[in-house]
Amino acid sequence: MSVRVTMTLNGKEVSAEVEDRTLLVSMLREKLGMTGTHVGCDTSQCGACVVHVDGRSVKSCTVLAAQCDGASVTTIEGLAKGNTLHPMQEAFRDNHGLQCGFCTPGMVMSALDLVARNPDPSEHEIREWLEGNLCRCTGYHNIVKSIKAGAQAMRGGK
Amino acid sequence: MADTGIGAAVRRTEDLRFLTGKGRYTDDINRPGQLYAYILRSSVPHATIRSIDTAAAVAAPGVVAVYTGADMAGAGVNGLPCGWQVHSKDGEPMKEPAHPPLAVGKVRHVGDPVAVVIAESYAQAREAADAIALDLEELPAVADTRAASASGAPQLFDEVPGNLCYDWEIGDKAVNDAAFAKAAHVAKLDLVNNRLVPNAMEPRCYIGDYDPTRGEYTLYTSTQNPHVIRLLMGAFVLGIPENKLRVVGPDVGGGFGSKIYHYAEEAIVTWSAGQLGRAVKWTAERSESFMSDAHGRDHVTHVELALDADGVFLAMRVSTLANMGAYLSTFAPCVPTYLYATLLAGCYRTPTVYCNVKAVFTNTVPVDAYRGAGRPEATYLIERIVDVAADETGIDPAELRRRNFIPKDAFPYQTPVALVYDIGDYDQTLDAALAAIDYQGFEARRAEAAKRGRYRGIGISTYIEACGIAPSNVVGSLGARAGLYEAAQVRVHPTGSVSVYTGSHSHGQGHETTFAQLVSDTFGIPFESVEIVHGDTDKVLFGMGTYGSRSLAVGGTAIVKAMNKVIEKARKAAAHILEASEADVEFADGQFRVKGTDRAMSFGEVALAAYVPHKYPLDELEPGLDETAFYDPKNFTFPAGCHVAEVEIDPDTGVVTLVNFAAADDVGRVINPMIVEGQVHGGVAQGVGQALLESCVYDAQGQLVTGSYMDYCMPRADNLPPVSVSTHVTLCPHNDLGVKGCGEVGAIGSPPAVMNAVVDALSALGVKHVEMPATPQRVWQAIRDAKGAAAA
Ligand code: FES
Ligand code: FES
Repeated sequence: MSVRVTMTLNGKEVSAEVEDRTLLVSMLREKLGMTGTHVGCDTSQCGACVVHVDGRSVKSCTVLAAQCDGASVTTIEGLAKGNTLHPMQEAFRDNHGLQCGFCTPGMVMSALDLVARNPDPSEHEIREWLEGNLCRCTGYHNIVKSIKAGAQAMRGGK
Repeated sequence: MADTGIGAAVRRTEDLRFLTGKGRYTDDINRPGQLYAYILRSSVPHATIRSIDTAAAVAAPGVVAVYTGADMAGAGVNGLPCGWQVHSKDGEPMKEPAHPPLAVGKVRHVGDPVAVVIAESYAQAREAADAIALDLEELPAVADTRAASASGAPQLFDEVPGNLCYDWEIGDKAVNDAAFAKAAHVAKLDLVNNRLVPNAMEPRCYIGDYDPTRGEYTLYTSTQNPHVIRLLMGAFVLGIPENKLRVVGPDVGGGFGSKIYHYAEEAIVTWSAGQLGRAVKWTAERSESFMSDAHGRDHVTHVELALDADGVFLAMRVSTLANMGAYLSTFAPCVPTYLYATLLAGCYRTPTVYCNVKAVFTNTVPVDAYRGAGRPEATYLIERIVDVAADETGIDPAELRRRNFIPKDAFPYQTPVALVYDIGDYDQTLDAALAAIDYQGFEARRAEAAKRGRYRGIGISTYIEACGIAPSNVVGSLGARAGLYEAAQVRVHPTGSVSVYTGSHSHGQGHETTFAQLVSDTFGIPFESVEIVHGDTDKVLFGMGTYGSRSLAVGGTAIVKAMNKVIEKARKAAAHILEASEADVEFADGQFRVKGTDRAMSFGEVALAAYVPHKYPLDELEPGLDETAFYDPKNFTFPAGCHVAEVEIDPDTGVVTLVNFAAADDVGRVINPMIVEGQVHGGVAQGVGQALLESCVYDAQGQLVTGSYMDYCMPRADNLPPVSVSTHVTLCPHNDLGVKGCGEVGAIGSPPAVMNAVVDALSALGVKHVEMPATPQRVWQAIRDAKGAAAA
């Protein structure tokens, strides 16, 4: 059975006809061509697929598109303002928080939810928060550094 | 130039697209009219295929085609080739059984591809696969490395008695035995190097496309080496000439070795696209990655080290059983031989080393090179046996190492296992790592931890590795079926910007940044004026790709060679235009200048003159400024260093916490320190993963137990402490840049450091060895056994 799903995606209203079993990540990638959100596993563990649904980080491989009807969804594509990166994106760039880039969208989206809940997370809190995000390249060292720097920039500090 | 030149921590060019979701990985690509493939895989480890009935699947909704191994073989598709031939000690070539892309006759491991269903959607292909009637007659299976070599073990191939692929040796056994006979002390150890799953975060993905009007194939593939895939698949498997086959490796989400090899699914989608005249896409699900990406390591080893009364190493002997899995993956045979046993001298002057390696087939996923490839296995056993010797002789582990180091004035140094080390300074990195971790202050920290009821231990590991593979004549004599040079083309555009086409491939290493630093520094032009192009056989003339930490040492040097050709030609042109003799024109800071005068032309002006050759020496020089170079290295490069780990163990739970880690590495000249440090961090995390968390487990029946992230423990952010990294440079003497390679040092140096720390923490209880991974259960058991033994 197919259903029509309408959502606000990165501030714009979008709508698509999808099969009822379609996952949010499939709708984003295959129906809407938003390929910044990645799929790295089939057991909801890697976090490459993290997006925000109504402001909370969500693994988009684990939620049905139909559940997001009427919701506001933000993906990695929705963060930068024109050519100006979001401070968290900028922090990842400054601190070499990414290598192959595959885990990166999920890392950044997850980090933003952490900072929304805890504007000044400690290193330990960052490491614990990232439990659901796997990165095989960076050893996390620079991701943790990036998130700390990003949080600081978002607090307006330097 | 200092802010973007050699040695500067330049922010990466590639990050902008990755951070904004604009990366273009293979699965992000879609071709018009694209179909989707689902691969039906064996769910049993070993069976005879009695029959495959695909009729119901063919009739299922959306299905366009179903192919089996018989279909592909019938159409003339060959098996997947192996790129390296090892000979047994009796001179016999290794056993090299056929490896069809889709199984023919038998399935030999869980995950072995049996049939492909191609449909309008992936869901349709997947559902239709359920309708395939696969009649299998199960056979006894063997997954365990030791068990496979035991007499009476189930046999995978009729033509491979005892599952023995080869029985290889290196070193002079008689000399070695004689040295052991004189030993004051012999340390002995049995150890296992655990099987790992590489787990690049981007699952493998391939799209085959075919243009019938031109007879041209295109393969989009998550690979580390597009040209190698074009050669292997085109020439050996599908019989497509290079001019009709384009291979594109776009953004690739990590490789770590696992994306070097030519995989069955690449051939399946390419061939199917040709059959159907439509693009065919296949994307691995993670559970498929676990059962089809080449695994790593899986050695069972016995090692002995002979020492004299002063703790000087006299000899080492090693015997290893190496698991090849069910078929030979592309470079599998060379990993436990030429990438392993040739490194067994480590950083030490051990005068004689003998190693015997038996490689066996088992009913498991093929094993091949995974980050470090052979060198982590060598380093692990060397550094563990050195610690055992230190414990048994009562010599401090740092001192024992120092006593046996090859001194820095002994280079070039001929080891007893074929390699000639070019340069190094092992004391320097040992001192640096010990200082970084405060080795002197350790006993106080141990005592403090003991007050909290924790066992604290410290572990040292020194390592050396051979990178920058490799001199083609050397590897050719050792059985490589390819040359291992690299190619580069440096194209200067009329207004002085530059495009560089490199055969190296970046899948996280940041070549677009590092290589551009190199070029802008050499030509004296802005960093932004340089574009690095890679990963497309239609753009890049040739390449051997990225593995074995070779990109900068081999690929980068090829770029330097091509840049030198550009400068030489431009110097000739400038001399003509400046009306000076060529010998009087020097090139520095982006200017061609007549020595001792202020007559000069900028790099861009000469480029323009070469493309608008109005005042140009057309009798002597062709217009244009575009040069190509192939570089074949003279030797391997030898990164080396020291890693020190400190752990705390909770005796009640067996949980090991890595509390401190210091790496001091000599990777030669550093172009971008930020990127080098990042490479070390990542490698260390994978090494810590091997030591404490990761293990690919098969049960006795050959079922894959660790088939997902639920069962296979990947390192997470909270498993790791911050890592202290420092670099200490000795310049590689035989490449223009003095570089060595940094991609693998972390994964090589760290496992023995962590394991030596674990054993050190428990040594007061009498524990002599703990196998990797040191899981809570294993450590708890070791503590319990040791306490039991003490009480008895
Ligand atoms: S794809 Fe791995 S958690 Fe969603
Ligand atoms: S940057 Fe490659 S997986 Fe994180």
